[in-house]
Amino acid sequence: MRAFISSVYLFLYAPIALVVLFSFNAGRNASEFTGFSTAWYAKALSNTFLVSALQNSLIIAFTSAALAAVFGTMAALGMERLSSRMRALFDALFAAAIVVPGVVIGIATLVALVAVFSFVNPTIAALWPGDQPPRLGLGYGSIIAAHGLFSMALVAMIVKARIASLGRDIVEASSDLYATPLTTFRLIVLPQILPSILAGFLLAFTFSFDDFIIAFFVAGSKTTLPIYVFASIRRGVTPEINAIATLVLVASLLLILTARVLMREKKSKSGE
Amino acid sequence: MTSASTNDIEFRSVAKRYGSVTAVSDINLAVPQGAFVALLGPSGCGKTTCLRMIGGFEQPSEGMVYIGGQPMNGVPAYRRPVNMVFQQYALFPHLDVEQNVAYGLKQMRPRAATAEIVRRTQEALEMVRLGGFGKRRIHEMSGGQQQRVALARAIVNKPKVLLLDEPLAALDKKLRTAMQIELQSLQRELGITFLLVTHDQEEALSMSDLVCVMSTGRVVQMGPPQEIYDRPASLFVADFVGKTNRIAATIEPGAGSVRLANGVGLSKPARANGTVGAAMVAVRPEAISLVRNGTATLQGTVTHRMFLGSTVEYSVEVEGLGDFLVTADRRNESELAEPGERIGLNFDPNAMHVFPA
Repeated sequence: MRAFISSVYLFLYAPIALVVLFSFNAGRNASEFTGFSTAWYAKALSNTFLVSALQNSLIIAFTSAALAAVFGTMAALGMERLSSRMRALFDALFAAAIVVPGVVIGIATLVALVAVFSFVNPTIAALWPGDQPPRLGLGYGSIIAAHGLFSMALVAMIVKARIASLGRDIVEASSDLYATPLTTFRLIVLPQILPSILAGFLLAFTFSFDDFIIAFFVAGSKTTLPIYVFASIRRGVTPEINAIATLVLVASLLLILTARVLMREKKSKSGE
Repeated sequence: MTSASTNDIEFRSVAKRYGSVTAVSDINLAVPQGAFVALLGPSGCGKTTCLRMIGGFEQPSEGMVYIGGQPMNGVPAYRRPVNMVFQQYALFPHLDVEQNVAYGLKQMRPRAATAEIVRRTQEALEMVRLGGFGKRRIHEMSGGQQQRVALARAIVNKPKVLLLDEPLAALDKKLRTAMQIELQSLQRELGITFLLVTHDQEEALSMSDLVCVMSTGRVVQMGPPQEIYDRPASLFVADFVGKTNRIAATIEPGAGSVRLANGVGLSKPARANGTVGAAMVAVRPEAISLVRNGTATLQGTVTHRMFLGSTVEYSVEVEGLGDFLVTADRRNESELAEPGERIGLNFDPNAMHVFPA
């Protein structure tokens, strides 16, 4: 049994460990370790295609995560006011949004966007007074929208759990002490749900930064980091790819760990 | 009904419904200025709903709620001159004790000067004997201390009425008794009207000037504690407030008598005017005395004895009437009765409360 468990973990983590190890390989060959070197990192970071893909990924991840944090929090707060039946419905819809496979989200978003563009673009062209009407197309906007929608469900679920543990009575107490609903939100609710919003933001960021499938469908001509890695892998696994993978791995782990810390319930609670 | 201006709180034909469920109905209530009033009733009787309608957390479905003579229907909680001590205290966990207490003063418009806020916050903390605890975090305080913080947070605003929602329910018995005394003296000191919601009849009787007994969404009796205890308006009140013995009886017409279910006839108490036919008679346990020799109203057998220190509670089985609870004051009892002993029960017919069955 112990051997079985060990082999499960070995299969899980050995490949990842190898990627990290070979990113520091001095040689070019991915099958033998010839010495320690950080040369591949330097090479990766001087690759303009890679750096622009990284930039794209960061912009998309940050924007979609910020949108998801704002709208997800609003959704979570709004759901508080629904009747229990409606709340159960929205809960189910959010949960469904999270479990729908990326391929399906990717295809569905692509088909929907293309349909919308084919209707909207001629309309804009017809109404546009100038010579060159703006054309909507796939790119930053479509990836941000697709990621943002998915992540919004994620943030809403996380923030909702925190709100549920808050209890109605401190909101009522604040209202009883002359605070308007807006002040109550600012002074009482927000400070207490902020860690969960941040945690949601970080998870949303990580999701967007790592996502290949959805981005692949709706990216248009834009290249994100995972798309770049996928494309370059066709030219063979180079230590440069290992270096990028290691960087992504470390960044993701840091973000997720921070999110975990933020989501941990404070041990000290107000009541008894 | 007295005019609204002398009452800090007034309910006029108030009802509250949630869908098809009626929480309270036909509530008419007047809380005089400066009084300590208890809303007493079993859980689910609507007392908390009434309190929440005063606080502004619920709006009445029918009728009007007045605070200090002003109609409050539609006025949100944050514009009402009342403050509440919540059952679970509802302290803000991310603020320290001082910030919790000063919260209301900071939100009040027009806002008081900062020096004034600091002074009043300290004053309120001293008043609940928490001077020097201002910088503590809420989770560093014990349950009893949190209770005091909640109290200070409410009284610091000098509300017209202080609403207390079962504030002592979470405390242990000793602390509860101490807080009862403290609340009473605090109320005298401040001169603020206190409205306490409780299901504990002892608490209601001992602390308040006026007790309002509620049952199934209605006010069944309102009056000073002694009146509620001595002249219960219904069998429910007699049962709920204090202990009582219930005896099935028939009231015979005319000058007549009270015929108990076992056939014993007693003269009708002066208060029981009008009732004729099947009735329930209530007698307080302390109104009954046990007699060993001589004539007694009823005869029975002692089945249990519970020694309570200054008093002794007996359970006495009377044939045809069931078990009687008798509380004997030890000053009048040289010798305790033993279980199994045959004994006589005596009570003044005027101690009987007669209610139509």
